[in-house]
Amino acid sequence: MIEAGDVRKTFTVRERTGRLRRTRRRVSAVDGVSFTVAPGEFVGYLGPNGAGKSTTIKMLTGILTPTSGTIRVCGLDPSRQRTALARRLGVVFGHRTTLWWDLPLRDSLALVRRLYRVEAGAHRERLDELTALLDLGPFLATPVRQLSLGQRMRGDLAAALLHAPDLLVLDEPTIGLDVVSKATVRAFLERLNTERGTTILLTTHDLGDIERLCRRVMIVDHGRLAFDGSLDALRATAGSGRILVVELARPEPPVAVDGAAVERVEGPRQWLRLPGDANAASVVAALAARHEVRDIALREPDIEEIVARLYQGEIPYTAAH
Amino acid sequence: MGDALRAYGTLAWAWLRAAAQYPVSMVLLGLASAAVAGLDAAGIGLLFSRVHRLGGFGAAQVLFLYATSQLAFVLSDALLGNADLLARHVREGTFDAMLLRPVSPLVQVATEEYSPRRFAKLVLPAVLLAIVLPRLDTSWTAGRVAMVPVMVASGTAIFCGLWVLVASVQFVLLESHGAGKALTFGGSFLTQYPMSVFARDFVRGVTFAVPLAFVNWQPALYVLDRPDPLGLPAATRLASPAVAVAVCGLAALAWRAGLRRYRSTGS
Amino acid sequence: MSVYPWIAWFALRRQAAYLAMALAEGLTNAFFGLLRAFILIALWRERPALGGWDAADAVTFSFVTQALLGAVQVFGGLDLTARIRSGDVAVDLYRPVSLQGWWLADDLGRATGTLLLRSGPPLLCGALVFGLRVPGPGRIALFAASFVLAVLVSFGLRYLVALSVFWLHDDRGIQPIALVLTLFFSGMTVPLVVFPDPLRAVAGTLPWSALVQVPGEVFLGRGNAAGALAFQAAWAAALLLAGAAVTGAARRRLVVQGG
Repeated sequence: MIEAGDVRKTFTVRERTGRLRRTRRRVSAVDGVSFTVAPGEFVGYLGPNGAGKSTTIKMLTGILTPTSGTIRVCGLDPSRQRTALARRLGVVFGHRTTLWWDLPLRDSLALVRRLYRVEAGAHRERLDELTALLDLGPFLATPVRQLSLGQRMRGDLAAALLHAPDLLVLDEPTIGLDVVSKATVRAFLERLNTERGTTILLTTHDLGDIERLCRRVMIVDHGRLAFDGSLDALRATAGSGRILVVELARPEPPVAVDGAAVERVEGPRQWLRLPGDANAASVVAALAARHEVRDIALREPDIEEIVARLYQGEIPYTAAH
Repeated sequence: MGDALRAYGTLAWAWLRAAAQYPVSMVLLGLASAAVAGLDAAGIGLLFSRVHRLGGFGAAQVLFLYATSQLAFVLSDALLGNADLLARHVREGTFDAMLLRPVSPLVQVATEEYSPRRFAKLVLPAVLLAIVLPRLDTSWTAGRVAMVPVMVASGTAIFCGLWVLVASVQFVLLESHGAGKALTFGGSFLTQYPMSVFARDFVRGVTFAVPLAFVNWQPALYVLDRPDPLGLPAATRLASPAVAVAVCGLAALAWRAGLRRYRSTGS
Repeated sequence: MSVYPWIAWFALRRQAAYLAMALAEGLTNAFFGLLRAFILIALWRERPALGGWDAADAVTFSFVTQALLGAVQVFGGLDLTARIRSGDVAVDLYRPVSLQGWWLADDLGRATGTLLLRSGPPLLCGALVFGLRVPGPGRIALFAASFVLAVLVSFGLRYLVALSVFWLHDDRGIQPIALVLTLFFSGMTVPLVVFPDPLRAVAGTLPWSALVQVPGEVFLGRGNAAGALAFQAAWAAALLLAGAAVTGAARRRLVVQGG
């Protein structure tokens, strides 16, 4: 569905260095990124701000022409066959609507139908289906500018899907949404992917989206693809194993157990980090044999924490592979 | 090309239908913009309240220039005038969204918020043309009669080309928007008057550099059977359609170049 | 120190950020100045002493008015309109400063910045192509006063138009009406001296003439400068007082409706 081979994009920025003097500097926004996405995949695309995420998305959708490298999306070259690709692609920007402010949602969607030349019968059928799934009914007659953020996002999703695209590209679709709206959008996307088989590429800063939806995660940093693998593989990165919290009968010095390392001691409580492949049951058994244990809790690794540590360079990306 | 025209038609129609939901406001706003456009005619009327000739041309002849200039300009404005908003679309990021759709972004910009009031400004020049044509002191040969619609059509095409050229420059210089108005709105104002009021070098500039003289001045010399102050060959008077084709071709090339640059620099 | 000078100063400085845009607009102003000058020269060739002016007066007037046009904002508009429509104006009304004072200070700063940035190209173009009547220092001072008063009158009118949105909810209807009146009666379309007599006398008493025609005449040294300034000052005072009264009504309306 998507093939990217050693894609690069450099921009020339002009900077004011003196009162009048300006110098040109070349900046690599994307610096040799390669990946493929197979049909039916649901891929999360992560990266800190300014890492090159939007630039990649713009190149995949044909808005920007790459400086070098090859891209095929739906079998097409986005920069040369932009218009043909547009028919097979749905794109949603969370922070910017592609609908028209002054038109009621229904008219906006009618305009989209004409842009994509969707046949009237097919349009009605899809609109009915999307209206039911996204619960658009109550605000179809409302001008877009009066919609709440959650309503608008659902409207944008409908607009992006009216022409039944093979690939859906989402740029932060849950930004600013409340808990309920987020859940609606996520459930919808999951159905779309599993039932219809639409390939989805999701860019987000909300790791809840990723955990809930994506089987595969790509992380871009400094213009390079720093991680590409399953969510489990990301969890199993160095030092990111599960945490065992044990409450002993009384305060003790850090316990010594094979296959676990004590990270923190607070009174009778101790935090043990289990590496990704460690067997929690045997560690617990070993502990219980040597110490009087009051309570035990096993915490899954926090994806948010892992990603934060990756971004800040505390964990090397190489370990994540 | 055919695809673009069809897309233009369907999009404009969709916007018209949306606008038709508020008929009263549509008519009032149409009248208001027609009144603004009528100011230039009022200006000409005021000048002729004090004199009988301006640059050697009488009131009927100047109003003929006004009417043909404004028919062409208003038609071009209705068709492509929105291209002027390109810099705003780029700045607000809405242009990216247009690139994601399977229709030329020029068509999308031009049809945005298409409203019938764009055509309200046609009423005054059309009425004035009807009043003034029988009062023109010229012998109406078949060629002269045919030239009137031809000059409006070529004028419209020349102005359309100018709108697109000016928009194409905005891809490179976002801030150029204000200066482009000299060519479009300035051109609209300048073609309302006989070129004989302007200095000769200035007229050479708007003949050979920016071919505004071909909007209506050169064909009007043919219709009115008047000598050319610059003494250009008689064939120049019939050159408007050819000039229009050239301007539109140039504009299409410029638009493509601008779009290519936009997509490689990501401004 | 009062907050108003700061508002004006920030508004002035904000203009500097749009240097390139202002220059581009200035070029268009210069071009229109050129066109109008040619047309008026043709007119004065037919009627050499029309309205007591000579052709050089008409040419200078063409370029001076193009230099003024952006600063006195002949084409209308005040950012306040958008804030009223969106409801953001409620925030402004809760501030411990007067709404009118805030926007007046902002507009004076904006006008000064615009004059500095946009008057160059038309004046330069006029001076190079035709040569302009250059006033002496005394007249320059009078013109500066007349310019400030013109901005006050312009603000007074645009502020009333903006406040009408409290009642009309939309300015798309009133904006073109204001535009037609301003362009026609300010002397932008043609100088008021070209108007036939009864119309000229009426136009001379209306506030729009204070925007372009009167400062233009002060620049040329035509007519009684003291009378011209008094005329502008009277309109400025009347419009600002009306603005203050309407602000009060708008505030009451907002309170009643709860925003």
